[in-house]
Amino acid sequence: MDISYFLLLRQEISLLAIALLLVIFEIFISEHKKSAVVHLAVLLFGVHTILGFLSLEEGALFGGMFRTNSLIHFFKNILNLGVFIILLQSAEWIREKIIIQNRGTEFYVLLFSSLLGLYFMISAGDFLMFYLGLELSTLPLAALAAYEIAKMKSSEAGIKLILSSALASGISLFGISLLYATAGSIYFADIMGTVTGSNLTVLGMVLFFAGLSFKISLVPFHFWTADVYEGAPISIASYLSVISKGAAVFILMILLFTVLKPLMDYWENMVYLLAILTMFIGNLFALRQQNMKRFLAFSSIAQAGFILLGLITGTQLGTATIVYFVLIYIFSNLAAFGVVQSISLQTGKENMKDYEGLYRTNPKLSLVMMLGLFSLAGIPPVAGFFGKFFLFTAAASKGYYLLVFLAVVNVTISLYYYLLVIRAMFLRTSEDAIPYFKNKTYMRLGLVISVIGILLLGIYSPVYDYIYLLSSTFN
Amino acid sequence: MDILSLFIIIPMLTVVALFFANDLKRARIIAMIGSILQFGMSINLLIRYFNERSVNDSIMLFTRDLVWFKDFNIHYSVGVDGISVALLILTSMVVLAGVFISWKMEELPKEFFISLIVLSTGVYGFFISLDLFTMFVFFEIAVIPMFLLIGIWGSGPKEYSAMKLTLMLMGASAILLVGILGIYFNSSADGGPLTFNILEIAKVNIPLEAQKLFFPLTFIGFAVIGALFPFHTWSPDGHASAPTAVSMLHAGVLMKLGGYGVFRVAMYLLPEGTLHWSWFFIVLAAFGVIYGAFAAIKQTDLKYINAYSSVSHLGLVLFALLMLNKTAWNGAILQSLSHGFMTALFFALIGMIYERTHTRDVTKLGGLLKVIPFISATYVIAGLASLGLPGFSGFVAEMNIFVGAFEHPDVSYRIATIIAISAIVVTAVYILRVVGIMLMGPVKNEAFLTLEKVTWYEKTGIFLMLLPIIGIGVAPLWLSEMIMESIQPFIQGVL
Repeated sequence: MDISYFLLLRQEISLLAIALLLVIFEIFISEHKKSAVVHLAVLLFGVHTILGFLSLEEGALFGGMFRTNSLIHFFKNILNLGVFIILLQSAEWIREKIIIQNRGTEFYVLLFSSLLGLYFMISAGDFLMFYLGLELSTLPLAALAAYEIAKMKSSEAGIKLILSSALASGISLFGISLLYATAGSIYFADIMGTVTGSNLTVLGMVLFFAGLSFKISLVPFHFWTADVYEGAPISIASYLSVISKGAAVFILMILLFTVLKPLMDYWENMVYLLAILTMFIGNLFALRQQNMKRFLAFSSIAQAGFILLGLITGTQLGTATIVYFVLIYIFSNLAAFGVVQSISLQTGKENMKDYEGLYRTNPKLSLVMMLGLFSLAGIPPVAGFFGKFFLFTAAASKGYYLLVFLAVVNVTISLYYYLLVIRAMFLRTSEDAIPYFKNKTYMRLGLVISVIGILLLGIYSPVYDYIYLLSSTFN
Repeated sequence: MDILSLFIIIPMLTVVALFFANDLKRARIIAMIGSILQFGMSINLLIRYFNERSVNDSIMLFTRDLVWFKDFNIHYSVGVDGISVALLILTSMVVLAGVFISWKMEELPKEFFISLIVLSTGVYGFFISLDLFTMFVFFEIAVIPMFLLIGIWGSGPKEYSAMKLTLMLMGASAILLVGILGIYFNSSADGGPLTFNILEIAKVNIPLEAQKLFFPLTFIGFAVIGALFPFHTWSPDGHASAPTAVSMLHAGVLMKLGGYGVFRVAMYLLPEGTLHWSWFFIVLAAFGVIYGAFAAIKQTDLKYINAYSSVSHLGLVLFALLMLNKTAWNGAILQSLSHGFMTALFFALIGMIYERTHTRDVTKLGGLLKVIPFISATYVIAGLASLGLPGFSGFVAEMNIFVGAFEHPDVSYRIATIIAISAIVVTAVYILRVVGIMLMGPVKNEAFLTLEKVTWYEKTGIFLMLLPIIGIGVAPLWLSEMIMESIQPFIQGVL
C-alpha cells in the first residue's frame, strides 16, 4: 500500500498528534506554568482547523472500513470550527477552575479523543468502524460531563450520560447484528446491494435508528438531555448539543440515504412521527424552563426535530439543507452558549431571571445573545432563517405540507420562549442586574466568530451553493 | 446602483451611522437626515416613474434582478408599479413624521431610532420585492422590531401587548410560509424550473386543487397583519401600548402590508382560489368593518378608539379587494393610502394630547379646543377625513370602494356591501362623540389651562400628514390614474 494513502487520514492523524503533543508537553512543563497548555491547545487546534480546509482526495482505506470524500471532509471541517469556538469559549473556565486542580491537559485529551471518535464515525465504511467511532466519542464525554468533581450535579450528569449511552449503543449494536444476519456483511457497500424489506431487516434498522436517536436526542429518547446539560460543564453541554449531535445527524443521514435507502418506505413514516413528537415535546417543555442550560437543552431537542424535516426527503436537497442547517446551528447555538458560559463564569448565575436588565449593563453581550436566539428562532436576516426555510423547502418538495405546517406552528411556539429571554434582557430593568464586566480575549474571539457566522452564512449564498455541490456525492 | 435598491441601502447606512451616535441629539439628527433623504428619494422616484411610464408599458418598472440562491432559483428581484410607488411615498412620509414626533425620546434614543429605521427597511423592501422569498424576508424584518419598540418604549401592559403582537404576526407569517412553498412547488410551467418570481408565476396555471388549498393559507398569512376579523386582536392592544411614533408607523404603514400582500401575491397568483374562497373572506371582512366601528363606540381610551377604527377601515380594504373589480380595487389602494396618513395623524395627535394632559381617557378630557387650538383643530380635520367627508382623501377612497362593490352582479355581494356601507354612519358616531366630549365644552381640568403650546417639530410632523390628506381629497385624479393603470394587468390576471 502506498504511504500516500494515509494522507486520507490526515485530519485524524493531525488530531491524534495534537492530543499526544499535549500529553508530552504536560510532562515537561513546570508546575507554575501549567496554564500555557490552554494557549498551546488553542493554537494547535487553530492550525489544525485551518489546515483542514486544504482539499483532500477521495478514497477508502483498510479494505473499505474507512472512507472519505469531499462532503465528509467538509463536515469534519464544520466540526473543527465548532470545537475551535468551544475551545475559545472554555479557555477562561479551564484556566480559572481546572488548571489549579492540575487537570487541564486531560480535558483537552479527552475532548480531542471524543472528536476523533466522531471523525471515525462519520468516515465509517462499515458498521465495525462506525461502532468503534461511536464508542470512542461517547466514553470520554461521560468523563468530561463529570468534570466539575466538586458539584454533585456534574457527577450525576456523567453517570446519566454513560448509562444512557451504554444502553443506546447496546440497542444500536443489536440492530447492527440483525442487519448483519440478514445481509451477511457489515460493509455498507455490500449491504446496500442485498438489503430487502424483510421483517428482520426492518427490525434491525429500527433498533439501529433508536440507538442513534439517543445521540441526537430525538423524542422519546431525549430523557437524558436536560439533566446532563444542566449538570455538565457548559462547554461540554455545548459540545453535546452541537458537535456530537451534528455528527450523529450526519452519519444517520448518510446511512438512511444510501445503505438503508431501499427501506425508505419504512423509515419515512418513522421519521415523520419522530419529527412531530420531537418538535412538539421539545418546544412545549422549553416554555417553562428557568435555568438557561435546561432551556437550551430543550431548545436543542426541538431543533433536532426540525432537522428531521430534511431527513425525511432522502434526496440531494435533503442532504444539502441538513448540512447547511447543522453548520448554521453550530454557530447560533454556540453564540447562545457562549454568553451563558461567560455570565456563569463571571457571576455564577444561570437563571433567566438573572438576565433581567442585562442590556443596560452589558449591551454587547445582550446583542450577541439576541442574534444567537434570533438565529435559533429563524428570524431574518440572520442565518437561522435561511437554514430553516430551506429545510422546510426540502420537506415541501416531497409534498409533506402538513408536516411543514406543524413545523411552522412549532417555530411560532419556539419564538415565544426565545422572546422570553430577550424580554428579560431588553424589556426588563432590575435593581440587581448583572454588573458590567469585560470578557477575556479568548471568550470575545469565540463570540465574535459565532456572530460573524450568524450574520454571513445566510445572506452570503455561495456557502449554500458549495454545500449543494458537495452533496451530490451521496445521491 | 439602481434607484430601488437605494431604498434598502439608505436606511441600512442610517442604522450603521446610528450605532455611533451616543446621545439623543446626534441620534435624532442622523435619523432625520436619513429619513429626509429617503423622502427625497421617494419623490424622485415618483417623478421618474411618470417619465418612465410614458415610454415603457411593462408591468414593473426600474426592475433589477440578481441571482441569490441559484439552486432554489431565489433572486433578489425588485421593481415597482404605481401602487408600490404610492405606498413607498406613504412610508417615507410617515417615517419622517415619526422621527419628528419622537424628537424628545429620552430613553435609549439610539436603540429607538435603530429599531424604527430597521422596521422601515423591512417595509420598503417588502413593497419593492418581486420575488416571494425576498418579500417574505422583508416581511419578517418589518415585524420583529415591533417587539422591542413596544416592549421597551411602550406604556401600559406593554410586555403582554408586545408578545401578543409579535407572536400573532409571526405566526401568520409562518402560515404564509407554507402558502409560499405551495405556490413555489407548483410554479413550474410544464417541467420548467421552479421560481419565486411573482411575474413568472402569474404566467403559470397553478392546478385548481393547489389553488384551493394554498389560497386560504396565503390570504390569512397576509390578512392577519391587515387586521382581518377574527385575527385582529393583536392590533388594539399593540397600538394602545406602543409609543406614538410606533403606533403611527404601525397603523399607518405596517398594516398596509396585509392588503398589499393579498393583492400582489394571494389574489394575483391564485386567481381561481380567490374566486373559490372570496365569499367566505368577504363575510369576515364585512363583519370586521361593522364590528370595528361598533367596538370603537364603546371605547374611552383614545388609542383604542383609533385602533378599532383601523380594524374597521382596513376591513374595508380587504372587502374591496375581494370584490374583484377595478373600481373597488382602486378604492382599496386609495383607502390604504388615505388611512395610512389619517391614522398616523390621529396617533401623532393622541401622542401630543397624552404628553400634555397625561391621560388618554376621553371622559377626563374636555374643552381642549380652547387650550390647545392647533392640535384640536387638526384632530377635527382628521376626524372629518376619517368619516369620509368630501374634500378629504377618505371620501375619495370610500366612494370608489362602495361604487365598485355595488357593481358586483351577485345579490348576496350587494347585501354585504350595504351592510358594510352602514359602518359609515357608525364611524360618524364615534368620531363626533370624541370631538364633542374631548374638544368642545368647558375645560374640565384646571391643569389644562397651562398646557404647553405645540412645538415646531410637532407641527412639521402634523403638516407632513395633513398635506396628503387634503391633497388626495382635492385632486385625486392623477393618483387614481396612476393606480388604475397599474391595476390593469392584475385585474386581467384574476378575471
